[in-house]
Formats: sequence, structure tokens, C-alpha cells
Amino acid sequence: MKEEKKATRQSYGEALAQLGKNNENIVVLDADLANATKSQNFKKEFPERFFDIGIAEQDMIATAAGMATCGKIPFASTFAIFVTGRAYDQIRNSVCYPNLNVKLCGSHAGLTVGEDGATHQMLEDINITKAIPNLKVFCPSDDTQTKWLVEEMAKVQGPCYIRTARLASPIIYDENQKFEIGKAIQHGNGEDATIFSTGICVAEALKAQKQLEADGINVRVIDMFSLKPVDEEIILKCARETKRLISVEDHSIIGGLGSIIADVLSEKMPAKLTKLGVKDTFGESGKATELMNKYKIDAEAIVEELKK
Amino acid sequence: MKITEQDILHLKEIAKQIRRDIIEEVYNAQSGHPGGALSCTDILAVLYFNQMNIDPNKKDDPNRDRFVLSKGHASAALYATLAERGYFPKEELKSFRKINSLLQGHPDMKHVPGIDMSSGSLGQGLSVANGMAISSKLDEKGFRVYCLVGDGEIQEGQFWEAAMTSSHYKLDNLCLIIDNNNLQVDGNVDKVMSIYPIKQKLQSFGFEVFQVDGNDIDSLITVFQKAKTIKGKPSAIIAKTVKGKGVSYMENQVDWHGKAPNEEEYNKAMEELSEA
Repeated sequence: MKEEKKATRQSYGEALAQLGKNNENIVVLDADLANATKSQNFKKEFPERFFDIGIAEQDMIATAAGMATCGKIPFASTFAIFVTGRAYDQIRNSVCYPNLNVKLCGSHAGLTVGEDGATHQMLEDINITKAIPNLKVFCPSDDTQTKWLVEEMAKVQGPCYIRTARLASPIIYDENQKFEIGKAIQHGNGEDATIFSTGICVAEALKAQKQLEADGINVRVIDMFSLKPVDEEIILKCARETKRLISVEDHSIIGGLGSIIADVLSEKMPAKLTKLGVKDTFGESGKATELMNKYKIDAEAIVEELKK
Repeated sequence: MKITEQDILHLKEIAKQIRRDIIEEVYNAQSGHPGGALSCTDILAVLYFNQMNIDPNKKDDPNRDRFVLSKGHASAALYATLAERGYFPKEELKSFRKINSLLQGHPDMKHVPGIDMSSGSLGQGLSVANGMAISSKLDEKGFRVYCLVGDGEIQEGQFWEAAMTSSHYKLDNLCLIIDNNNLQVDGNVDKVMSIYPIKQKLQSFGFEVFQVDGNDIDSLITVFQKAKTIKGKPSAIIAKTVKGKGVSYMENQVDWHGKAPNEEEYNKAMEELSEA
């Protein structure tokens, strides 16, 4: 993990601008938040292929669907709360039922939106999106992975959802790292515990891993950036090989990463899982790091849990 | 293109055949929405047999005109039209709404040849049509996009979001048609939640608005031709129609929004639709 930090929303915007150079079918839509989701990077390079739909998320998603029927590869972005909340029906019926090649980006996901508070802190989007047939769900942990994902999403046929964060987080992977959809990334081989994590919390898990190591507790961290399809194999392997299993996510513990793992375990290898995440409550205003600490999804909370 | 008397008569026969097929479909399925299917039949007949640049033998042609049935519950009309036009065998209509069939309750573009967009949840079709019209312009393909919405349907907020978009992006290759039969599930549209005055609303949103008798083939052809000449803004056609058109006991009766005829009713409908 590097010292250098970048928000995954920033990586998304940069990757889009790059993608537009190589593929004329890429079109980008936003709902008056291009400046925040960073789709403006694409807008600057390719204004003729950028469509601001205004503050009208439902219209944006169904417009993207129409473009996809004509062979375009639309990337439609806005805050996670608005794309998966307000436009749920459009995602379900106009994008996923006809299995159209629309790429959805929900930025500013989770508590780490910070000061905007509960109305803007989307904690249910993984739950909502993973329940829709045909839709692939990704929550990248760093800059390198996000850029790879954006490129990969353009190659994969069918709808995808990518969840990005507002808060800058450490760059974890170097450029040579290989990724594959449906395959998690394992960090370390510790057998005392497995920390499953996704998105912005992966860096926290890696910090915790280091701190725990100093205390003689050897853990492994699994970066579950691909939430659907999920890497079942690695979940079962870790359940076999490690003494404890915990999950940590900037999302509700209802229907998020923890639930995805629990679903796999309960069917194939029942094992106890401790879920760190937001516990059936709304968020609140505050600095992103303060919120991660208060709601116990940071390195400190992970260390505390694993020392129990 | 000059339209002859003969052409009009031919289209009227086609519309009648589509209506008979709608009744067959709904009667066989003992389920479906005959009222709203019969109200928009003449619009579909004119589009698919006269106005749209389409070819059932080249159903995936990227340059073809597109049609979005935003009021997806009128699926029986669209299926009957597509079968009549040769997109799939008429025999298939018997499977309407049945298990393991192609012809789902609402249109499914992935399985039915000739369907440009899946639909069913109201208020989404105009947005989809905008996306198609934008793509047509981006690629300089020049195809036109037709979108048929129900009148009750425009109570959905998304419709007006989409109307803004049509106009903002100057989608003059887009033609919106409102099937104005003035009936929705709970009663008269103006009693449930008035959408009127539609004309002024759409004009203020930037549409060129036409009003037409939506059950008159001749007038429909004229208005579609006029819409094609509009430049720099989208067109909207408010088609005044009769719900249940062509079957006397269904006409203007809200009960026939989503009900299937029994044997006696079926016989009477088929008899009426067979008269010259």
C-alpha cells in the first residue's frame, strides 16, 4: 500500500476520459453532478458524447437504456443514493430486464460522503443492486483497480454497477496487478483470521493487518471488489484455513458484503462471521474519518474486534 | 409518397385484422388489456404498414426506424401488428401470456422479433426513445423514433423529465404519440388526475404539437407526414382515441381496461370485427 491517496471517483473520471479515446461507442451521462462524480473528465475531452440530463436520474437511466439498444456503451453516473434509490425501477425494468449494456456508477457511496449527512450517505446500494438479475456489482478499493474495472466494464456485455467513494484513500495496487471479475485479491496468508473487505474499507483492513501483526496476530485481508459475481472459492478456502472470519464495509450490514459472504457460508460451509458495517441505522454529518471511527468500520475497529 | 384510396382501404383492413387478433389473444389467454390495445390499433397499423422504415427480413438493421410501446400493457396490439407484418408466425399469438411463451404479458425485446424495447413500468418509454433519437443523431443515421404513451401514463413524473430532454436536445427525429382515450384503471383521466391541457403543456415544453383523430387512418397518415417535416424540435401527436374501439360493448368502458371476454362476448366481438 502506498502513501499516495486518490478517491475512486477521481479514478473513475480519469479512466472514462481514457476509455473515450479508444472506443467511439462510449457515451457518458450525468445528472448535474459531473463535477462531483468526475465524469466531467470525459466531458472535457468528448463534449459531443457527453449528455447532462439535469437533476432527473430516472430519465437519465432510461435514456442510457435507449442508447444501449442502438449499440452505444453508456456510462451513467450520479451519487449512489440517487442512481440506485431514485432510479431503481428504471435500472430494474429498462436496463436489467432487457440485459442492456448500460454501466451505472454510484459515486459518494457510504458514510464517507461525510458532512452531507444521512440523506446522501447510501448504505443500501449493494443490497439493492445485487438483488437484480443480470446486473454485475463492483466496489473497487483503489485507483488502480477502479481504472482497470472501468475498462473491463466496457468490454463485458451487459449491465454493471460500480460503487465509488468521495474520500481519497491509499493506492493499494501497482500497475502490474492482475485483476479478474469474480476473483478476489488475497493479501497475506495469516491463519488467525480473515478480514473480508470491499471498497474504501480495504485500506483500513490492510492497516489493521499491519497493527495486528505487531501483536503477533496473523491475518489475511481479502479484497472483495467483485460483489456479484462473488468469489465463492476464496470464501470457502478462508473459512477452512483461518480461525476467525470478519467482514468490514462502508454499507449496512443488512444485505452488503457481510450478507453475501454469509449466504455462501450458510449453504456450503457454515461458519461464524462477524460483520462490521453500519448496523441498521442512518448515518449523520461529520468528517469521513470521524464517521468511520464512530461507526466502527476503520482499522481501529477491526483491531479491537480481532483482539476480542 | 402519394397515398391512394386503395392504400387507405387496405390499411383499414389490416387494422381490423389486428383487432380480431387482439381479441383472439386476450380470449385465449383469458387475460390481458383489450381496451388500450384496441384504442391504439390504428396508430400501430399506420406506423408499421405505412410510415416506418422497417423490414421484417432485416429486423436488426441499425438504420431502421424504432418504436417504443411505452404503454406496455397494450402488448396484445403490438404482437398482433408484428405478426401481421411478418416478424413471427401468427400461430405464436396463441401463446400470449402463457407459461413458457415468447409473448409475455408485457413486451420483451430479448425474445420477440421486432420489439425495439422492453416495457411495462409506465413513464419510461419517452426517455428510452430519447436515447435512441440521440444515438441516431450521433451516428448520423437519420432514423426516426416513435414512442407511444398512454394518456394516464403521463401522470408519471419521469415523462415530463423526458419531455424536457427531448426538447433540450432538439430531437426532431422523435415523434411522441399520446393515446388519448381518456380512461385509466380508476376511471376518467380528468377525474383521476387531470393531465389537461396536454397541448399547451407539451407546447410549453418545446414540442410541435398536433391533434388528430387517432382512430382515423387517413388523418393519422397526414399528421405523421407533417411531423416528419418539423426541424429543430420534437413532435407530439395527441391522438384522440376510443378505448375498446371496434367492439361496441367495450367502447369507452373502463371495465375493459384489463379484462378478457367470455365465449359469448368473444363471439360478438369477432362478429362485429368481421363486418365490412
